[in-house]
Amino acid sequence: MSQRLAELAATTDLAADPVGFASDPWWLILFKAVLVFAFCVVMTLFAIWWERKVVAWMQMRIGPKHVGPQGLLQSLADGVKLAFKEDIIVKAADKPVYILAPVVSMVPAFMAFAVIPMGGQVSMFGHQTHLQLTDLPVGVLYILATASVGIYGIVLAGWSSGSTYPLLGSLRSTAQMISYEVAMGLSFAGVFLYSGSMSTSTIVGQQGDTWFAVLLPVSFIIYIVAMVGETNRAPFDLPEAEGELVGGFHTEYSSLKFALFFLAEYVNMVVVSSLATTLFLGGYRAPWPITAVWDGANSGWWTLLWYFLKVQLFLFLFIWLRGTLPRLRYDQFMRLGWKVLIPTSLVWLMLIATVRAMKNEGYDYRGIVLGIAGAIIAILVLSVVWDMFRGTDDEEEKAKAAQPPPGAPGAAEPFDPMAGGFPVPPLPGQELPPVPRRAVRRAEPVGAMVGNGNGTGSADDESATDATDKEV
Amino acid sequence: MTAGLAAATVAAADLSGRGGPGFLSPTGAEVAFVLIGLVVLGSALLVVTTSQIVHAALWLVVTLGGLAAEYLLLTAEFIAWVQVLIYIGAVVVLLLFGLMLTRAPIGRSTELDSLKRWPAVLVAVGATATLLTVVVDAFHSAYLDLGKTDDGSARVTGESLFRVWVLPFEVLSVLLLAALIGAIVLSRGRADADGKGR
Repeated sequence: MSQRLAELAATTDLAADPVGFASDPWWLILFKAVLVFAFCVVMTLFAIWWERKVVAWMQMRIGPKHVGPQGLLQSLADGVKLAFKEDIIVKAADKPVYILAPVVSMVPAFMAFAVIPMGGQVSMFGHQTHLQLTDLPVGVLYILATASVGIYGIVLAGWSSGSTYPLLGSLRSTAQMISYEVAMGLSFAGVFLYSGSMSTSTIVGQQGDTWFAVLLPVSFIIYIVAMVGETNRAPFDLPEAEGELVGGFHTEYSSLKFALFFLAEYVNMVVVSSLATTLFLGGYRAPWPITAVWDGANSGWWTLLWYFLKVQLFLFLFIWLRGTLPRLRYDQFMRLGWKVLIPTSLVWLMLIATVRAMKNEGYDYRGIVLGIAGAIIAILVLSVVWDMFRGTDDEEEKAKAAQPPPGAPGAAEPFDPMAGGFPVPPLPGQELPPVPRRAVRRAEPVGAMVGNGNGTGSADDESATDATDKEV
Repeated sequence: MTAGLAAATVAAADLSGRGGPGFLSPTGAEVAFVLIGLVVLGSALLVVTTSQIVHAALWLVVTLGGLAAEYLLLTAEFIAWVQVLIYIGAVVVLLLFGLMLTRAPIGRSTELDSLKRWPAVLVAVGATATLLTVVVDAFHSAYLDLGKTDDGSARVTGESLFRVWVLPFEVLSVLLLAALIGAIVLSRGRADADGKGR
């Protein structure tokens, strides 16, 4: 893995180089690659522990506490346990693809880290170097590209298992990641327009005065939503919805292969958090009140601390979301992506482009225009996202309010037990058609009559009851 | 089609080794270019010959990824990553999505081998010959000094796309729009025919 990163660094060194990355000797690049790799793995172990602890506190539990101080080594122990488990390859699997899938899902996650600026210029073994493995002129595009390759891991894992639930999981994740990548790319476009560059280090440099999260609040919010969707995390964890799909795409995986999926998920979380930090929260630069009282905050190894803290902030956001929000239904999730995020970001992008063009023409009131419009759109997006989560409650309340008192003729839609060709249960507010009852000859299990409706509607209830009689 | 493109790139690689300076002593980049070209050609052949349909899609990923690597070697970073993002990350993923929605059996599917193999070979060879002729005709004397050029940078690409080639670019986007509307019309038409129009 680290070799791969080093190769990557070597090939990209030819590229145009705004801040002098080409001056690093090869052993320093290799060392930084190993460092990045170690950082990813340690962050994964830490994030799993932290997630379990925080969710436990949110649920008034204690969480892991026996292995190591405060249970810190719990995830390491879990990893060792996974490594010693039996590696099962199911019979129906497509073997080469089945083995390849976890690797394909993990490698791009690590590769994306090559262009993340983790700190400013530091002195390492007597060399002045940047805390960033390499810098591409199209760095953010590179991250998007590697993220899109990472989808293959999940898709192929689901397909090659030769089993129904994983296939459903991989189908979901394909549609999900493609949908949310569009919104994600559009939110980046605003940053590109403002910074005039796609290089991560230049974008950090451009945020010396104001963070892009302040200048481009709509892009920031859209990115936050899209990044949760892109990493398959709750409340968007539909590909591995354990209530519906057993384990989703990794149902048939065990041992180290399963561990690789786990690793990929958490490294991906760190990557998207780092990207959010880099693009919107000023990267490795210290936040404002600190820079006001302390000049040295933005120099040397201190920058690594600010980067780390900001990434932890986003990781906490991930955990917080998981601890508080229920999983979305699939159609709600797709509606949010295609009907809310993408149109909003398109309008917002047009707005930014217009304002930038006006600035180029020398107009002066751009700040006011952008400020007002940005505030309006930010409120709109927040309210719509809010509605997505509130929607079900409201509908239920409305349904309850609209529900007629028992016995009155139904005000809601009549219940169609075969709506859309599939047997369905009644919706809230709907009532089962009255079943003509005879004297009960023996106790029937609850709901037995519903199943006998046979989709023919209330007109055929008579025959349905007859069928019951025959069975009895 | 893909095989033709791959062959064309390999031919172009040979030409870049032969045409300019460094005829007898190819540089490392040129050697890598030819090797990757061979990988692209081989995987493109596997796309059309393998009888496992999902594997064919995966070999297509290798082909397109190899082409991205070729762009990268020619210093066209922007095009290379866009190639990965669009073709590998969107087009083939959607292809797989369609396959899995309909049928994506594990193992060989014999019904994929049709009798139209020879006409297909004929078309492929014809397309390859045409593309080769065009590429050789257009670029046989071109030489790119990889160390100095910035022809592949995002700035140069953008300038040529939005200044010189803006009309074809816009026409292509209209074509995509037409395809989009066509897809909507087709799917709506079928829904109406079923008597369940939305």
